[in-house]
Amino acid sequence: MRYGWHSIVRQALGGLSAVAPAWRNPEPKPAYDAVIVGGGGHGLATAYYLAKEHGLANVAVLEKGYLGSGNIGRNTTIVRSNYLLDGNVQFYEKSMQLWEGLEQDFNFNAMVSQRGVLNLYHSDAQRDAYARRGTAMRLHGIDAELLNRDQVRALVPFLDFHNARFPIHGGLLQRRGGTVRHDAVAWGYARGADSRGVDIIQNCEITGISIEQGRVTGVETSRGRIACGKLGLATAGNSSRTAAMAGLKLPIESHVLQAFVSEAIKPYIDQVVTYGAGHFYVSQSDKGGLVFGGDIDGYNSYAQRGNLPIVEHVVEAGVAMMPGVSRLRLLRSWGGIMDMSMDGSPIIDKTAVEGLYLNCGWCYGGFKATPASGWCFAHTIARDEPHALNAKFRLDRFRSGRVIDERGGGARPNVH
Amino acid sequence: MLIHCPFCGARPSEEFAVLGDAGPKRPEAPGDDTGSDPEAWYDYVYLRDNPRGVHREFWQHVGGCRAWLVVERDTATHEVRSVELARKATAGREAS
Ligand SMILES: Cc1cc2nc3c(=O)[nH]c(=O)nc-3n(C[C@H](O)[C@H](O)[C@H](O)COP(=O)(O)OP(=O)(O)OC[C@H]3O[C@@H](n4cnc5c(N)ncnc54)[C@H](O)[C@@H]3O)c2cc1C
Ligand SMILES: [Zn+2]
Repeated sequence: MRYGWHSIVRQALGGLSAVAPAWRNPEPKPAYDAVIVGGGGHGLATAYYLAKEHGLANVAVLEKGYLGSGNIGRNTTIVRSNYLLDGNVQFYEKSMQLWEGLEQDFNFNAMVSQRGVLNLYHSDAQRDAYARRGTAMRLHGIDAELLNRDQVRALVPFLDFHNARFPIHGGLLQRRGGTVRHDAVAWGYARGADSRGVDIIQNCEITGISIEQGRVTGVETSRGRIACGKLGLATAGNSSRTAAMAGLKLPIESHVLQAFVSEAIKPYIDQVVTYGAGHFYVSQSDKGGLVFGGDIDGYNSYAQRGNLPIVEHVVEAGVAMMPGVSRLRLLRSWGGIMDMSMDGSPIIDKTAVEGLYLNCGWCYGGFKATPASGWCFAHTIARDEPHALNAKFRLDRFRSGRVIDERGGGARPNVH
Repeated sequence: MLIHCPFCGARPSEEFAVLGDAGPKRPEAPGDDTGSDPEAWYDYVYLRDNPRGVHREFWQHVGGCRAWLVVERDTATHEVRSVELARKATAGREAS
């Protein structure tokens, strides 16, 4: 069914019986041309573009929990394309362009909101770094504006501009950045893939990968063996574990990132604002809650929950940036497991095993990448070679020294 | 998370800084047997087992006695299993 005003009217008049599920719930078939592991944003987007762009519909997405139970449903929904380094710049801008047309493309309301992303700076050195980054963006045709203190004040008057330790001097603004309703992204891609024939199989965990003579032949799952010609792993947070089933050891560690939502208040923050002196980013949801987050906890974790020191740390940074929120109450906090890669950049690549493809290493910035990641991964799987847009996200860049380290942090996953 | 420092006793994790996986062994200097093998360096610098379960890692008690420790911790539950001085934990590694 195509969604639009006519479907709303039909469903309103027809009662519940006229409301069809947005996707099927099929039994797994014994074999598929391609199997994608992981029903998060990236896995579902991959299946969608495989069917839509490459005509591959005999495809299954295997998800160990329920659809959207991973990071796609846990992130702080920020999208932007304000990167500095070659490889990242082009890739994330492709993603931004796909966001801009996504709702028409997959006929689903994902609440894409280009409300602007404002990164604050607090010193001359930081201003210079942002000027450089903004210039790099503009050279690639991406929008960026360097604002001084008064220009920032006009947009966000309630910040603590004269903070004694970290005064706010200005900010780098990308107006096309913003937020997108994260669950709706998973649902929209799932529905789009399903309607093109892709089987989305939930509660199906892969436990083994069969390889014969250097070629993938199928997977063992909690719901039996499934044969496949091509296998794409998009298991953010658990990539080391699924890759190990094929004998691969990855340049990745799993870490927990927490996020928070406050009680609802009247419209307060119109943009996404990030604090440059500590790691803190905030936006306001349509329900009125402030949605925010900060640093990862810093130690290896698969627990999907963090500890209190980071809660305190994040809240301190938030209150330092906008003291007006100090008496707001938190409604909820939660955690998700990040694939922290050794240079902070992702991997979308083939592997030495024929028919096995990897999509991992998204760190805490993979939500904004969802459309381009699925688009590039689908290309890589269908054509058996990377697209120019993911040609720098190779697995062997660590071996060859061609790392893409935006932060300049070195091979320390917990500092990226 | 509480970490039992051998000198200071049970202390909250925020008194400690975490360096990470204590598993990888640094190859010898270039020129030695393992030191000139780029694969050994690649493995040491970049590749990690990243287990779900017991993990041995370096922590430093920066807000206390400043000792370097090897903490054995479960990455699925955050339970701290054991804590040793790094000096003791890594002694004899070269010989092995
Ligand atoms: C708190 C938090 C805030 C974040 N904020 C932002 C943000 O503001 N902006 C941004 O760009 N990014 C953000 N991120 C990062 C972003 O959410 C992730 O990088 C991205 O969602 C990862 O891709 P995914 O959607 O495919 O992952 P997931 O949704 O985690 O999908 C992976 C799926 O694989 C499944 N799986 C794992 N192992 C198996 C198996 N053996 N068999 C079958 N299935 C398996 C999992 O159950 C999971 O559903 C944030 C993350 C968190 C946790
Ligand atoms: Zn101590």
